[in-house]
Amino acid sequence: MKLALVLPLLVPLLTAVACILAGASRVAQRALSVLGSGALLAAGLWLLRSVDAGGIQVVQLGNWPAPFGITLVADLFSAIMVAITGFVALCVAVFALANIDPARERFGFHPLYQLLLLGVCGAFLTGDLFNLFVWFEVMLMSSFVLLALGGERPQIEAAVKYLTLNFIASGLFLTALGILYGQFGTLNMADLAVKLRDQPSGVTLSSAMLLFVSFGIKAGVFPLFFWLPASYHTPPVAVSAIFAGLLTKVGVYALIRVFTLIFTADPATTHTLIVVVSVLTMITGVLGAAAQYEIRRVLSFHIISQIGYMTLGLGLFTTAAIAASIFYIVHHIVVKTNLFLIGGAIGHVRGTGELKQLGGLYRDYPWIGLLFLIPAMSLGGIPPLSGFFAKFALVKSALEIPSYWPVVAALAVGLLTLFSMTKIWAEAFWKAEPEGATGGTRGPVPLLMLVPIVAMALLTVAIGFFPGTLLDLATRAAGQLMNPNGYIEAVLGRTP
Amino acid sequence: METTLAIVIGGLYAISFYLMLRRSMVKLILGLMLFSQAVNLLLFTAAGLTRGQPPIIPEGADALPVPFADPLPQALILTAIVISFGMIAFTLALTRRAHSSLETDDLDQLGRSERP
Amino acid sequence: MPLQLAFSIVLLVRGHNEPGGGFIGGLVAACGIALHGIAFGIPAARRLLRVPPPMLIGTGLLIAALSGLPGLFQGQPFLTGLWGGSVPTLLAGQLKFGTPLLFDVGVYLVVAGIAVHLIFTMAEDQ
Repeated sequence: MKLALVLPLLVPLLTAVACILAGASRVAQRALSVLGSGALLAAGLWLLRSVDAGGIQVVQLGNWPAPFGITLVADLFSAIMVAITGFVALCVAVFALANIDPARERFGFHPLYQLLLLGVCGAFLTGDLFNLFVWFEVMLMSSFVLLALGGERPQIEAAVKYLTLNFIASGLFLTALGILYGQFGTLNMADLAVKLRDQPSGVTLSSAMLLFVSFGIKAGVFPLFFWLPASYHTPPVAVSAIFAGLLTKVGVYALIRVFTLIFTADPATTHTLIVVVSVLTMITGVLGAAAQYEIRRVLSFHIISQIGYMTLGLGLFTTAAIAASIFYIVHHIVVKTNLFLIGGAIGHVRGTGELKQLGGLYRDYPWIGLLFLIPAMSLGGIPPLSGFFAKFALVKSALEIPSYWPVVAALAVGLLTLFSMTKIWAEAFWKAEPEGATGGTRGPVPLLMLVPIVAMALLTVAIGFFPGTLLDLATRAAGQLMNPNGYIEAVLGRTP
Repeated sequence: METTLAIVIGGLYAISFYLMLRRSMVKLILGLMLFSQAVNLLLFTAAGLTRGQPPIIPEGADALPVPFADPLPQALILTAIVISFGMIAFTLALTRRAHSSLETDDLDQLGRSERP
Repeated sequence: MPLQLAFSIVLLVRGHNEPGGGFIGGLVAACGIALHGIAFGIPAARRLLRVPPPMLIGTGLLIAALSGLPGLFQGQPFLTGLWGGSVPTLLAGQLKFGTPLLFDVGVYLVVAGIAVHLIFTMAEDQ
């Protein structure tokens, strides 16, 4: 089914256009944004089903054959990512209705949000490195504007850093593309994979490392993560939730795609480096989180440490490890977005996210407490929630290699994560509220905020109770990634 | 020709990184602009320099006249230029906002979003 | 100014096989409107344009996206070029109609809209 592959791009594009054309009508924009995100979820699920049933899907845009034209490819990994993007997009779009103020809506929040989704889905579906760059830019441009939208002073400061770092990352990406094109005369990923297979050389390694740095900046790995906690807590919660859930994962996706398909000639160098970097990322992220006392800043540092787990699976480079990575990505997108949304709900009723000024939330909002516990315990890896199985799969695959010290680091970091979550719980929910705190609405949590939080918590629990389904899917996706011949054949239409 | 261009590209990279490491916001922007130019030039040079015909098959012929210029890097560079044009425009607007709210162009003053 | 707009249309329609195309055409059109803005002030240029620039961007994107659909309905991949008839014109030789032209019109509107929007916003923000 060719349409299934184009729809995840067409839907957000047309929604964005419709939102621009709806212009002044705030109601129409809000309705369109939710409808469009819902349609994206449907399109993502349809794509997942057709890829699952019919194998890798390819569309050559404009009917130019690969490697000359623009290729869209969806294997299971891409399809899973698009589907989960649709789910998160819908939840955040609903939350945004209650969270984004009318001024920001007038300045085009909704079209920008849809363009961001377009960039994310495009990056997941493209089969060509240069188009990956273009989709990255689509995503980044909208994220810049979303980050700076509203123009509060911390936002502007954050945006300057975020923009500079990402500009440099894009430049390095393009540099790597230039070197690769000069050497091989192609940028189609499948074609590159064929041409690079037999000739590892110093120049190839240098472009591999340039790509690693560039995607690493976007994913937020050690030591390139410092822009992330400096910027993610400044914009409105809906914006930082979608950033936290999706943007870094696009970097991880690109890393996994490139280092399973193209640069596989010398895993002793590249993939060992990835393991080292991942472990350092996990440790610095969680230690950074321990020193923070603002909910969203704590959570931002946790993104970094969790990114380490995902790239660790890539670095270990076995089918089981990559399957664990994919499982981890899905679990983390849901859980982290949910935690940000809950942080936003707390900010809504209390007017602050500073742990020192919060307290007594469990007395006033017991349900929010319960809803917080689900993703928080899942992030820490308590059974039977999704995080436990994600960590379990990763550790198991590492022990099979066997590779022990990443396991030690992973388990220690898991413990520290739990400590951080307990800190938020104890400070915000358990202790009595400090004297004189009167900020926020103090009213009930709006329904529009509650619904997405509950939906995501339910998905977390569902993954926890039926991990087999997702793990099976992830394993098959990883199988496709580890045997790129199927991918290459689907794109180029011939056996390599 | 390649050698000259390689030296120019290296120089551009060096200058742009030097400018980006300065504290002034204006120099940061100048650095970013030079950086994107350096990258474009690198793409152009790495793809091979030919003094060729446009890659359009003339009427009546069925193959390209040699030597022809490779159109793909030019398309890539054009896209990259458009993207960096948009980025630079946004950076300028952002910096103006930052300047009017901070009343300084010293990047070291940008610490407030870091501290609680 | 009218000359520039006319020239931009010429650039647009001769685009497919000759130098030109939607991108350049859009930029030339935006230059014309910006020139008007410099000469008579931005409000006058806005009045001249009639529609707000974001509308241009939206319409252009819509046209470009829709131009991919006919191919889809004929069983071809998205964005496949389909050509219809052609009419001879004075300046541009044969003017061929087809989805690539439609796509270029979309690009033209988007580029013109974005450039004009940028210039207007920056010029008014004094």
